[in-house]
Amino acid sequence: MSQTIIKQHIPQDELLASGHLACPGCAAPIAMNLVLKALGPETMVVLPACCWSIIAGPWPQSSLQVPLFHTAFETGAAVASGIKAGLVSRGDTKTTVISWAGDGGTFDIGLQALSGAAERNEDFIYFCYDNEAYMNTGIQRSSATPWGAWTTTTPTSDPEHQPKKDIMAIMAAHRIPYAATASVAYPVDLVEKVKKARTIRGTRFIHILAPCPPGWKTQNDETIDLARMAVERRVFPLMEVENGGSWRFTVDHPGGSVEEYIRRQARFKHLTDRQVEIIQDQVDARWEILSNRVKYGT
Amino acid sequence: MKKVMIGNHAVSWGALRSRVEVISAYPITPQTQIVEALSDMVADGSLPAQYIKVESEHSAMAACIGGSIAGTRTFTATSAQGLALMHEMLHWAAGGRLPVVMANVNRAMAPGWTIWTDQNDSLSQRDTGWIQLYCETNQEVFDTTIQSFKLAETVNLPVMLVLDAFYLSHTSEPVDVTEQEDVDRFLPKREAAFKMDTSDPRAFGALVRPDAYTEMRWQQQEAMLEARDVFRRVEDDWEAITGRRYGAVETYRTEDADLLLVTSGTITSTARHVVDERRAAGEKVGLIKVKMFRPFPTDELRELLGGVDRVAVLDRNISPGHGGIFAEEIRAALYDVPPEDRPNLFGYILGLGGRDVTPAVIDDIIDNTRSTARPEREDLWVGVEL
Repeated sequence: MSQTIIKQHIPQDELLASGHLACPGCAAPIAMNLVLKALGPETMVVLPACCWSIIAGPWPQSSLQVPLFHTAFETGAAVASGIKAGLVSRGDTKTTVISWAGDGGTFDIGLQALSGAAERNEDFIYFCYDNEAYMNTGIQRSSATPWGAWTTTTPTSDPEHQPKKDIMAIMAAHRIPYAATASVAYPVDLVEKVKKARTIRGTRFIHILAPCPPGWKTQNDETIDLARMAVERRVFPLMEVENGGSWRFTVDHPGGSVEEYIRRQARFKHLTDRQVEIIQDQVDARWEILSNRVKYGT
Repeated sequence: MKKVMIGNHAVSWGALRSRVEVISAYPITPQTQIVEALSDMVADGSLPAQYIKVESEHSAMAACIGGSIAGTRTFTATSAQGLALMHEMLHWAAGGRLPVVMANVNRAMAPGWTIWTDQNDSLSQRDTGWIQLYCETNQEVFDTTIQSFKLAETVNLPVMLVLDAFYLSHTSEPVDVTEQEDVDRFLPKREAAFKMDTSDPRAFGALVRPDAYTEMRWQQQEAMLEARDVFRRVEDDWEAITGRRYGAVETYRTEDADLLLVTSGTITSTARHVVDERRAAGEKVGLIKVKMFRPFPTDELRELLGGVDRVAVLDRNISPGHGGIFAEEIRAALYDVPPEDRPNLFGYILGLGGRDVTPAVIDDIIDNTRSTARPEREDLWVGVEL
C-alpha cells in the first residue's frame, strides 16, 4: 500500500493526544487513533474497565479530545444505549456513540449487556480491542485467550485449555446490521470499515486484534508485524458480516504455517512442535468454517 | 384531577408529570406495573420519552446513568433482587453525581423466595450515596416522585423513593394528580450542570489518585447534607402549588407525649389509628414518621426524641448481627443528647417478609414499652413462633 493511498483514506486530524499512558508497543492506542480519525470529533466514547481506563489518563486529564465516560466493567453497551437515548430525546441524531471495551469486557463480563443491546439493535458502534487476556490486571486468561497460551492463571504446566470464543458468530447471530474484524496492521481496511459502520444505523460491532508486548511476551517493535502475520496466516482473518447472513473476507489471506507467528510470542514458548501443529489444525479448521460462511452465508 | 389508582401507578403518573426523557427498566414483581403503565404512556405518545427495555436491572441502572450524563431526566423502578443486582451502579450514579430517580417497591430479600414487603432491600443500599425517601400513601408517592427529580437535580445526587409492596404498590387510593402546567412551573426541563458534549469534550469518572479521592467524597457528603435544606425548600415550593407537604420527619400528636412510636412506610397509617385510640383513652402517646432516611434527619430526631421518657422504634427490617436499622441509627443520633434526656429506647423487629402489622400488634408494643423497665436486648422480635 503506497503512502499516497493511505493519505487518501486516512484523515490527518488526530483526536488522540500524544500524552497517553499505554505501554510501549501497545496496539490499543493505535487502534483508537485510527478509529477516531475515521469517526471525527462528533463522537462520544463509553469506556468500561480495560487497559484504556489507564491509557486515557487519570483525573483531571484525558488523552482523548472527544467526550469520554468511564464506566463499570460490564456496562459498556448499556451505558452507550442510555447516552444514545439521551441524545435522541434532545434531538441529536448525528453524534456517534461508541463503546470501547477490551476482550474481558466484551467476551466475558460485558457479554450480557452487549447481547441485550445488540438484540434491541441499539444505535451505537461497539469496539472490542482484543489483546487476548486480562492485561490490565496482569495477564489473566479470558475467553478470548487462544488455546495453549500461557497467562498468569494458565501456567505453562497447565496452559489454556479452550479455543478462543467465536465472538463474531455470536454477534452475527444477533443479526445486527454490521459486524467486522479489523487489524492495526491494515489501517486502510480498518478505517474503511469504521467509516462504513458510521453510515449505518443500529448496532455495529468491530473486533480489532491488539497485540500486547507485555502479555504476549514479544518485543515492542513486533506489534504491527505480528498483527499482520495473524491476518496473513489466517489466525485472525479480516471479515465483514452484514445482517448476520452475508459474510465476506476484506483482504487476501495467503495462509501458510502459523509456526513463526506462534514461536515469536513467548507466551507460547512452552508448546511442543506437536502442540503447534494442533494450533495449525485449529486455524485450518476455522478457516474452512469461515470460508463456508462466506460461500453459503451461514 | 382526582383519580383512584394503585401506588405503582401513582409513581407512573409522577414520572409522566415530571416529563422524564429516558426510561430504562426490567420487570420484577411487585414493581412491574410502574413500568407497564409508562410503556403505555410512551406508546400512546402522552410521554415522549426514550424507553430502553434492557436485559437486566444492572443494565437498567447503567442505561439511566448514560441518559443522565447525556443531560436528560432519567427514571427507573425496581424491587429487592433487582435493586441488589444494581448495587455496583448505584455507587456509580451517586459517585458520578448523576440525578437519576428510581422508585423501589420494598420487597423482602430471598431466600426464602418472597414477593411481600420489608425494607431490607433498600436499607441494604444505605451507603451507596442515594437519597432515600419512604412513603406512606399513594398521594405521597405521586408527590414524592415529582419532588425527587427537583431534589436530585438541585444537589446532583440520585434519589430513591420507596413504597411498600402490596400495602401501597397494589392498593388503590384516591390521588390528586397535579395538573401538568403546575408541575412544569415547579419542575422545568433539566439543565445539567455537566454532561457529555462534543463542543466541550471532557472525561468523566477517570482514575483518581489518593490526593483527590477524599475531596470528591467530601463534596458528595456536603451535597448530601445540603439535601436536608434543599428538601425543605422543595416542599415549600410544592406546598405553594398543591397545599401538600410531608416533612423529612412528621410528628403526629406528639404534644406532651411520654411515649413516642417511630415508624416509616405504611405501618405509619396503622400507628396513627392506634395513637388516636390511645389518646381517646387519655394516654400520652404520639407518633413520629421518618420519611427521609438518607440524609438522616439527625437534628430533628434529637430535638423530637430528647427528653421523652420512652420511644418504641418499629423496624420492618433487620441488620443481622446488630438490630433494627432505624433503631440503631436513632440510638446513634441520641448519643449526643445529654444522658438525663436520653429516652429509654425499645427497638422492635416486625412485619418481615410482608407479615401484617395490625393495630393489635402495635397495641402490644405500646403496652410492653410501658410495662418494661429496660429493654432486654437491642432487637425485640415481635410475634416470633418457633
